[in-house]
Amino acid sequence: MAPPLNRREVIAATATALILDSRGARATLIKGGLPFHPGATNAPDVAQSGSWRFFTPEEGTTVEAIVDRLIPADELTPGGKDLGCAIFIDRQLAGPYGHFGGHYMKGPFQHGTRQQGQQSDVTPAEHYRNALAALDNHCKQAFGKRFAELPDSEQDAIIKDLEDDKLKLAEGSGQDFFKQILNDTQTGFFADPIYGGNKDMAAWKMIGFPGTHYDYREWVDRHNQPVTLTAVSIKAHPNR
Amino acid sequence: MAKKLPAKDAVIIGLGWTGSILAHELCDAGLSVTAIERGPWRDPTAEFTPSVAQDELRFRIRHDLFLRPSQTSLTFRNNRDETALPVRTWGAFMLGNGAGGGGLHWNAETWRFLPSDFVLQSHLTQRYGAKFLPEDMTIQDWGITYEDLEPHYDRFEYLCGTSGTAGNINGQIHDGGNPFEGPRSRPYPTPAQKQPFSHTLFAKAARELGYKPFPQPSGNLSQAYTNPLGVTLGPCTYCGFCEWFACANYSKASPQTTILPVLVGKSNFEARTDCEVIRINLDNLGKRATGVTFVDTSGEEWEQPADLVLLCAFQLFNVQLLLLSGIGQPYEPRTGRGQIGRNFTHQTVSTAIGFFDKAKYNFNPFISSGSIGMCIDEFNGDNFDHGPLGFVGGGYLGQVQTNGRPMETTPVPPGTPAWGSEWKRAVRDNYLSTVYSGAGVHASSYAYRNNHLDLDPTYKDRFGRPLMRMTMDFHENELKMNAYLTDRYAEILEHMGAKQVVKQPRKGPYDITSYQTSHLCGGAIMGTTPGDSALNVYLQSWDVPNLFVQGASAFPQNAGYNPTGTVAALAYWSAAAIRSQYLKNPGPLVHA
Amino acid sequence: MHSSRTIIASAFIGVATLLPARAIDIQDFDLIQRGKYLADIGDCGACHTLPGSGAMLAGGRPIETPFGTLLAPNITPDPETGIGAWIDDEFINSLTKGTGRNGAHLYPAMPYTYMTRITREDALAIRAYLNTIPAVHNPVQPNQLPFPFDVRAGLVAWDELNFRPGEFKPIAGKSPAWNRGAYVVEGLAHCGLCHTPKNAAGGDETSQRLKGYALQGWFAPDITNNKWRGIGSWSVEDIVTYLKTGHNRFSAASGPMAEAIMDSTSKFTDDDLKAIATYLKDQPVENAAEEVGDLDAGVMKSGNAIYADQCAACHGADGSGVEGLFPMLKGSPLVQSVDPASALHVLLRGARSAATDLAPTAPAMPAFGWMLNDDQVAAVATYVRNAWGNRAPPVDAAMVGRTRHALEQRND
Repeated sequence: MAPPLNRREVIAATATALILDSRGARATLIKGGLPFHPGATNAPDVAQSGSWRFFTPEEGTTVEAIVDRLIPADELTPGGKDLGCAIFIDRQLAGPYGHFGGHYMKGPFQHGTRQQGQQSDVTPAEHYRNALAALDNHCKQAFGKRFAELPDSEQDAIIKDLEDDKLKLAEGSGQDFFKQILNDTQTGFFADPIYGGNKDMAAWKMIGFPGTHYDYREWVDRHNQPVTLTAVSIKAHPNR
Repeated sequence: MAKKLPAKDAVIIGLGWTGSILAHELCDAGLSVTAIERGPWRDPTAEFTPSVAQDELRFRIRHDLFLRPSQTSLTFRNNRDETALPVRTWGAFMLGNGAGGGGLHWNAETWRFLPSDFVLQSHLTQRYGAKFLPEDMTIQDWGITYEDLEPHYDRFEYLCGTSGTAGNINGQIHDGGNPFEGPRSRPYPTPAQKQPFSHTLFAKAARELGYKPFPQPSGNLSQAYTNPLGVTLGPCTYCGFCEWFACANYSKASPQTTILPVLVGKSNFEARTDCEVIRINLDNLGKRATGVTFVDTSGEEWEQPADLVLLCAFQLFNVQLLLLSGIGQPYEPRTGRGQIGRNFTHQTVSTAIGFFDKAKYNFNPFISSGSIGMCIDEFNGDNFDHGPLGFVGGGYLGQVQTNGRPMETTPVPPGTPAWGSEWKRAVRDNYLSTVYSGAGVHASSYAYRNNHLDLDPTYKDRFGRPLMRMTMDFHENELKMNAYLTDRYAEILEHMGAKQVVKQPRKGPYDITSYQTSHLCGGAIMGTTPGDSALNVYLQSWDVPNLFVQGASAFPQNAGYNPTGTVAALAYWSAAAIRSQYLKNPGPLVHA
Repeated sequence: MHSSRTIIASAFIGVATLLPARAIDIQDFDLIQRGKYLADIGDCGACHTLPGSGAMLAGGRPIETPFGTLLAPNITPDPETGIGAWIDDEFINSLTKGTGRNGAHLYPAMPYTYMTRITREDALAIRAYLNTIPAVHNPVQPNQLPFPFDVRAGLVAWDELNFRPGEFKPIAGKSPAWNRGAYVVEGLAHCGLCHTPKNAAGGDETSQRLKGYALQGWFAPDITNNKWRGIGSWSVEDIVTYLKTGHNRFSAASGPMAEAIMDSTSKFTDDDLKAIATYLKDQPVENAAEEVGDLDAGVMKSGNAIYADQCAACHGADGSGVEGLFPMLKGSPLVQSVDPASALHVLLRGARSAATDLAPTAPAMPAFGWMLNDDQVAAVATYVRNAWGNRAPPVDAAMVGRTRHALEQRND
């Protein structure tokens, strides 16, 4: 089967077949009727399975260990690693998210007030790279082992110290890194499984979110009754 | 050197709500119209199937439908003592891009302003005295009345098929509607949407407290509807993926679902997408627009001559284009001179979270729509006596929760650990039994001397043009008003039976990272004299009579309601003046 | 966007008047107007105008036939490359006898087998109108067929099998509306060119009149009074509304029919539309259900699940759709067609429905081929064909695969 056509491909195709007016302006001219492109899609960028796209194998095991503490295996869900949260983060960092894609990246870069928001030119990808190295360095110095090799309780204590700003890594990025990885882990936990995390919709099933159902008209008036729909997710690819 | 295109009667900058309304009105009047849209063409059905659309990560978190700051952005500071820095990623507001503009992915909350909102300065002065208002508050009357706009509000609501319950029809108050609203001439075109459990419970509690709750006017339709242009919309299916998302089944009012199918079929209309207007061109005297210059996808410049220019590029970019084109005088807060950039306002929103006993309450928060909600208006505008309270302004309160999307809407009680098994347990235990509106309090933002827009001295866009600079902060009046309203809102949640209510009133300083609606207003305000406004009451530029500037940039200040209904009503009002007066006799419609 | 190549030729509609035979008066504006109505309605441009060329009726448009591609000739009044130098009888013979100017035989892509029923007066009106359009110099070599189909002499034998020449004769005992409808359907509008199955020679399988035909990646449905896969459950009003606006409570026209409606039938007078409907509704009724046999329960369950996720938000859990917006799948002839090609086309590639003045919304069905595999498409197609009282043969994954492959070769 031909690979799914995504919107970028369609745009590219349109770009090469741009309608030129009599003076040759390069734009899409909409005239006469609503455009329609047979088979056009707007498919999401699905996380491909396979090996790390961004993390080195070492970084990968460190991140897996961290997500397994942020979202531990318990009676509610499997752990963050088995749920694919590390895969999620890896694929996101390998994509536009990792390098501030779409952000305004012109200088000069200067520190501002908290209200002025993010002003650093250190991308998430760079941040992870730096912080993971610094974390493992710290652990090797303090315990003679890498973070992933430490027992759960020790890992929890380190994460807590990062959270409370008690443990500063190189460049003081400890608490910032904690906030970043916590946010990314929980995002991967809750995102549609096509992005690599939330395997088998475990997070959604835990809370009772039916996922990508689109029609609740039958349920609107059934106040205070549980919705008995099976959770569904985006079928972005056949056989998913 | 820009290449010149064949002249058109009218050029429209931006194909969002106002661009679509004006384009249709002018085509209907027989003009040749070209619309230049910075972003891509957007086709909801082809692009947003009922499987692609419900993607929280892509559309809500990664902002897929919005302008990329890398294409253009602005800088921000709280006050003139600070250096403004770029907004590198959106936070406090989201800027649309593409055909439909924000109308593609808004919630579709379709409100009217109060009659008193249009005469705010004289009304408040009369009731409370001039000294009651803060010294640096620069609110103004609009120069028009609610009665002027009523037929145009009606027109927009019937274009969209707005679902609601009327509260005041020609002066007669009707139960179940908003008793405070200005008189409307007829009921809404479709009945109000059905309300899910928590919204219904909120209304019950509000009623018991003596308020008069009513359904929020909704552009997510309660039933199929064919509008006066012959375009058909479908019934909303309560998918819970509304704001920031496009609608996959034709049930959210947008330019795409109400106007564009007809507009695009008109032989005298064309649109160019992926083209950014970089300048409105003026003649040698600077008193007449000759057309616009835009840049296409290859970076080439083109000139589109036109006799009439409609600036419909959204509040922020309207003001930026005026400044970059040298139209009007830039506002200088030190001297108070100049009109362009003055009276910038936003919205003062807040909320409270109600945690309920999960054994007794199952709210199914994922069953929702963008404009669902039961609201009360007792604390909006000047509907209540501000005398003892020491502030002016207000807003509507409501259980207007639009979604149960897991990343956005999994609140946990304060003190819950941020991670680990306890966190998970708290998420699970509270997801189905929490009331969490993004903006349970939706309040006004009045204008101040120091809140303004101008051009940044340092940061540039990809063409090398200065970015817009926003200087904005909350004032004590708004914070006091918001705290009061948040308390009233929390009381209702308590009365609903919440076991714990966590108040989250708006706190200063104004924070560019915290989302607080995209209702940016002002900067090119309307009024009765050139001395205190950029536009006359028909939205015609005082400086350049063949230029009309649409959108919320015309609001002298923002009221306690979502602005789109008023933006669209003003567009119809302005279009009516252009058709009935301007086209017959081009020139200033108001002689100051 | 009118990009599909079509062999729907003009539907020449004439007002049946009793005009004496006379030479065309070039200042007879009524005649020219009538001819324009006939040619507009007839949609000569569907074959004779190359889209995007801006040159009306100047030919050069490729026309798909089962035997290869032809190019439609230039029928502007250009004396060299168009029909400007033809005398009226030559023009009329091309419509009614299938003979070109020098006696050369026309390929039946020019539907002379239907046009033969046109009255001389109507043909002359069309001629009068065609004389007034801009003359365009555009030499076209129509015959692009591979050997042996490029040998026109072979058409003589084809005519023997498939061509019954002669003007339409009204049937006594039938109403004027019925006869007008018959004149239009069986002659002027030549609906059967798309809707009647073809024999091996590419002529109409006359015993199966109007029972549907697969062409250009679609299946033009059965438009007899079959309750399941035809228009048996459509009223006269339903037919009129559909042809006039492109939509009715059951259906939204897309693909080649959308073009036919937008360019042609939406311009018919109300009387002509009612006449067509009257004639079509007077065909024999067929209520017997299709013999479908046992359906695979697993496939139906899977199809139901896919439908609930992907389709119900528009078409409704009960298949009832939203009038004017989302077609009613329950009781739909397109859905229950024996050949599922149209349903599969719409599922795999999406479709934009017709936009007319009375129904401008033109809702589009999004494409699902990129996210549903062949088994899933087969399941949901089988489900909609057999849910809510529908009955039609199941669809298997192999058929979906073949359809998908064939559609990928097309760009329309």
